[in-house]
Amino acid sequence: MSAAGVATKQPEAVNYLNVDNSIKSWLLTEDHKRIGILYLVTISLMFLVGGIFAMLIRLELLTPAGDVVMSDTYNKMFTMHGVIMIFFFLIPSIPAVLGNFCLPIMIGARDVAFPRLNLASWYVFTLGATLGVTALVLGGVDTGWTFYTPYSSSFSHTPVIIAVSGAFVAGFASIFTGLNFIVTIHKMRAPGMTWFRLPLFVWAQYATSLIMILGTPVIAITLLLVAVERGLRIGVFDPALGGDPVLFQHLFWFYSHPAVYIMILPGMGVMSELIATFSRKRIFGYEFVAYSSLAIAVLSFVVWGHHMFVSGQSMYLSMVFSVLTTLVAIPSAVKIFNWAVTMHKGHVKLDSPMLYALSFIGLFTIGGLTGLFLSAMAVDIHLHDTYFVVAHFHYVMVGGAIVAFLGALHYWWPKMTGRMYPEPWAKLSALIVFIGFNLTFFPQFILGYLGMPRRYHSYPDEWQTLNVLSSAGASILASGFILVAVYLLWSLRYGAKAPANPWDATGLEWKTPSPPPPTNFTQRPIITEEAYNYPIVLSKNGEPGEAVKQEEAEKHEHA
Amino acid sequence: MRLPFANIPIWPEGASKAAFEMDLLYLVIVGLTVFFCIIVFGLVIYFVAKYYAGSKADRSNPTFHNMPLELAWSLIPLALGLFVFGWAAKLFVEMQAPIHSENALNIYVVGKQWMWQMQHPTGQRENNELHIPVGRPVKLTLISQDVIHSFYVPAFRTKTDVVPGRYRTLWFEPTKVGKYHLFCAEFCGTKHAEMIGWVHVLSPEDYEKWMQDNRWGMGDEGVTVAQAGQALYEQLQCSSCHAPEQRIGPPLTGLYGSTRTLSDGRRVVADYDYLRQAILDPQAVTVSGHEPIMPPYRGQLTEQEVIQLIEFIKTLSAPQAPPVAEAEQSDDLGGNG
Amino acid sequence: MSTHEGDLHVGHQFEDAEQQLDSYSAGMWLFLVTEVLFFGGLFLAYIIYRTRYTEAFVAAHHELDWQLGGLNTVILITSSLTMALGVRAAVLNRMKAVLGWLGLTFLCAGGFMVVKYIEYSAKFEHNLFPGPNFEFHHAGIDPGQAQMFFNLYFAMTGLHGAHVLIGMITMIILVIRLWVMRKQRIDFIPIELTGLYWHFVDLVWIFLFPLFYLVGGN
Repeated sequence: MSAAGVATKQPEAVNYLNVDNSIKSWLLTEDHKRIGILYLVTISLMFLVGGIFAMLIRLELLTPAGDVVMSDTYNKMFTMHGVIMIFFFLIPSIPAVLGNFCLPIMIGARDVAFPRLNLASWYVFTLGATLGVTALVLGGVDTGWTFYTPYSSSFSHTPVIIAVSGAFVAGFASIFTGLNFIVTIHKMRAPGMTWFRLPLFVWAQYATSLIMILGTPVIAITLLLVAVERGLRIGVFDPALGGDPVLFQHLFWFYSHPAVYIMILPGMGVMSELIATFSRKRIFGYEFVAYSSLAIAVLSFVVWGHHMFVSGQSMYLSMVFSVLTTLVAIPSAVKIFNWAVTMHKGHVKLDSPMLYALSFIGLFTIGGLTGLFLSAMAVDIHLHDTYFVVAHFHYVMVGGAIVAFLGALHYWWPKMTGRMYPEPWAKLSALIVFIGFNLTFFPQFILGYLGMPRRYHSYPDEWQTLNVLSSAGASILASGFILVAVYLLWSLRYGAKAPANPWDATGLEWKTPSPPPPTNFTQRPIITEEAYNYPIVLSKNGEPGEAVKQEEAEKHEHA
Repeated sequence: MRLPFANIPIWPEGASKAAFEMDLLYLVIVGLTVFFCIIVFGLVIYFVAKYYAGSKADRSNPTFHNMPLELAWSLIPLALGLFVFGWAAKLFVEMQAPIHSENALNIYVVGKQWMWQMQHPTGQRENNELHIPVGRPVKLTLISQDVIHSFYVPAFRTKTDVVPGRYRTLWFEPTKVGKYHLFCAEFCGTKHAEMIGWVHVLSPEDYEKWMQDNRWGMGDEGVTVAQAGQALYEQLQCSSCHAPEQRIGPPLTGLYGSTRTLSDGRRVVADYDYLRQAILDPQAVTVSGHEPIMPPYRGQLTEQEVIQLIEFIKTLSAPQAPPVAEAEQSDDLGGNG
Repeated sequence: MSTHEGDLHVGHQFEDAEQQLDSYSAGMWLFLVTEVLFFGGLFLAYIIYRTRYTEAFVAAHHELDWQLGGLNTVILITSSLTMALGVRAAVLNRMKAVLGWLGLTFLCAGGFMVVKYIEYSAKFEHNLFPGPNFEFHHAGIDPGQAQMFFNLYFAMTGLHGAHVLIGMITMIILVIRLWVMRKQRIDFIPIELTGLYWHFVDLVWIFLFPLFYLVGGN
């Protein structure tokens, strides 16, 4: 890939890309970096499909009447948008692409603990995605990504079993990745890489992996039961078969709420890397930020009932879930404030990854705070299943997870490909995405409080203006994404050669060449310092002193 | 409410007792959101401007830990969050609780793909429209005939999922005359977006007039829900077993609200859900001392008909008399069959 | 153990055999955690419906043969023992003993499946498999609720049976691998991991047996 570009006289060093260019070497690779690239290709395709559906949805909602497509088609569009974006894009996005690529390098390992399992994960995921696309080709599924019973198990006339199997199979990819990361982080750290020297990205991946292995099996068995109920009429959920449809909701959200954190936690990990690098300063309150990732992972398993305030679960249960949900505010607030204060006395540079990071802070703050409306039980009665919910989770999933993914992709792109992308275009894209995103989803908060239910093919006339604004925003947002795709692909061939450390960052991945050699390091690293060891200035009596490395500075601090 | 400079609605009309307090709570959370956004955005912008690389700001002796500060920004949001939780929980409980009132209106709602069927106790039936008087508490008893639906009236700021197999109740008190949207909020299939309608809140006079006009106009002319149930009771020949003198099925007089002992020893209160199951799956709740011989009516009755039968059974209860004595008192009704 | 490590194949990603062994056992334990949660959803459904339909569950469980279930319990516990002995033999590098114990374990697993087959076919004969042909006549019991018992019975024992089958296939692969690499020192890691897995399968059955065969009334 990279060797084809600008002609250089000196022979290029062996790296993981040019070591073997055959198709076979890619399809049978056990190199975590190549598997990360394979994942990137797969999920980008899925993002394209899911994005096309998003645009079709916004096109339909330009006018109040359901006039672009039939209502059945519309129902399939939002279902496929949700299924593809959640199961086949967001869940694997940061962990499987950037986690796979960076995590072993960041801890000074040659590879993950189980490289073959890692490759199997990609194949299993691709099989799942293929099943998802098959369901699409067979006409699409119309249950909503939530697959609520008894509609999904007994009423829908669409290939639900295939779509559900797709999500089921892709779940195993997630389990494999999570299992691999946990063992890798526990057992494969280089000598001297203590837990509190780890980059915060690794901590976030660790928390994410915990959720992946604890939550995914439950959704797997739940989806299996839906398929069995539908296929064999062995019912556990359909009241006509003696079951309880609300049990499905409990099992579904037991996984799917934590799944939200599978999507956002890695994004938070990325933020810590970007903000530290572009402020040239260690993250403020490192331990708090590290533990808050674990706290979020733990809390994520005890809040699922907040999706069911109006489903008729017991009032006391609802209260417990509501108050537990409020607790999520603590680790989230810790992260936001610690990131912001990290810039204090730093050297802030607004390179494109940092622009994405700053938009993440803004959008995630709004996304998190609007969660407060929905965790407040009474307000949720009104807002449940309206566009407010749609706006809220898009602020977290797109404004949070996807913006973080783009930030991470820009940040590590030189490392992954050995090429620099055109920085002015990248800055422009960050701006377009930020503006387009807010224009798309902010009006939806208002629509939600006005009472517009989600998954509606048509809507009352008085809400048209807000919907037109939203659709206009979606076009801007889409052009931002397309711009990113264009210049990143362009850079593969025409981009300038990337140095080993283009951002002047600390961290092990920047100490190895770009792109890294097949075994990551020429010799095994011995770790003697923490991940964010930036120079800082000490002063006495108002006189600026010399710049020293941070760890030395702390010795002074404690002395 | 609309934005003045553009024809953009930003605030929905509020037309129920709960709407005012919910709007207030909503505004308080909006206030909190704006407050925290200002702090966070302000900090970010200030730090970027001041500590932009190359600026001359003093960067000496930076700190990396500050326990009091860390605790402050985790505990203050928590305290505010708990305040919101407490208020919202209180309002939630109030909205779920029955409104104690002499003249509460009981209306039965059946959701099915893709329409809402309403039955007024006095017999009026309507589809996708609901006429109710202003200022009078309304109790909806809702059930779904197929998949999960959700009954949502934004102007009342209330909704409830309507599930198959179990009755739900929804209480509200309309406070303002007008015509308000009714939506199905839980995705229910092809015409989910067309499972909509209107709630008409009428002045007492208009409501009276509407009641009169529609009394003779509907299919079941002037027949109350209980009377429709009685007709069904006769048509299905329920009395051939359940009439007191038959001594085959348990007598229905005084049944509603009484405590029953089942053949497996369970003691249950004969409420709406119990009676529904006793009609549709009688063998699941065979009463002690009786043979499980009643045929199940699952699939043979619509949810509306089940409601009619239950309403009829309710009328067989003499309010004051103890359950044992009721058999004699309602001989006339039992003799009808 | 450490005396033999030098002979073992160590993956390129690992520094030494100890790190490799540590990683593999950690991975296997994590995998078993996911398995617990996988069954967990079904156990949750069982608890809910058992509480709700107590009478029907008690009545329906009489259709199961506790003696066959008990026999299977004995078979599986025995197989866990033989598997443990096989792992020990592998660590001690005793090829014949390993093959013998693995063979015995495999036979036990096969025996378990045969008994399971006998039980399942009896249920099919008596129309106790859930679906349109399901028949259950018992005074005062709703057939629908009894059917839920059999729903869960088939779902949970079926999933467990699938795990037994996977275990049997793994054992065949292990034996072939042992044969292919018979000249070398026994690589005990895969055998140890299979052993862990097999004990888990046994453990699940220890829970399933009382839940379905020994449902106590009141």
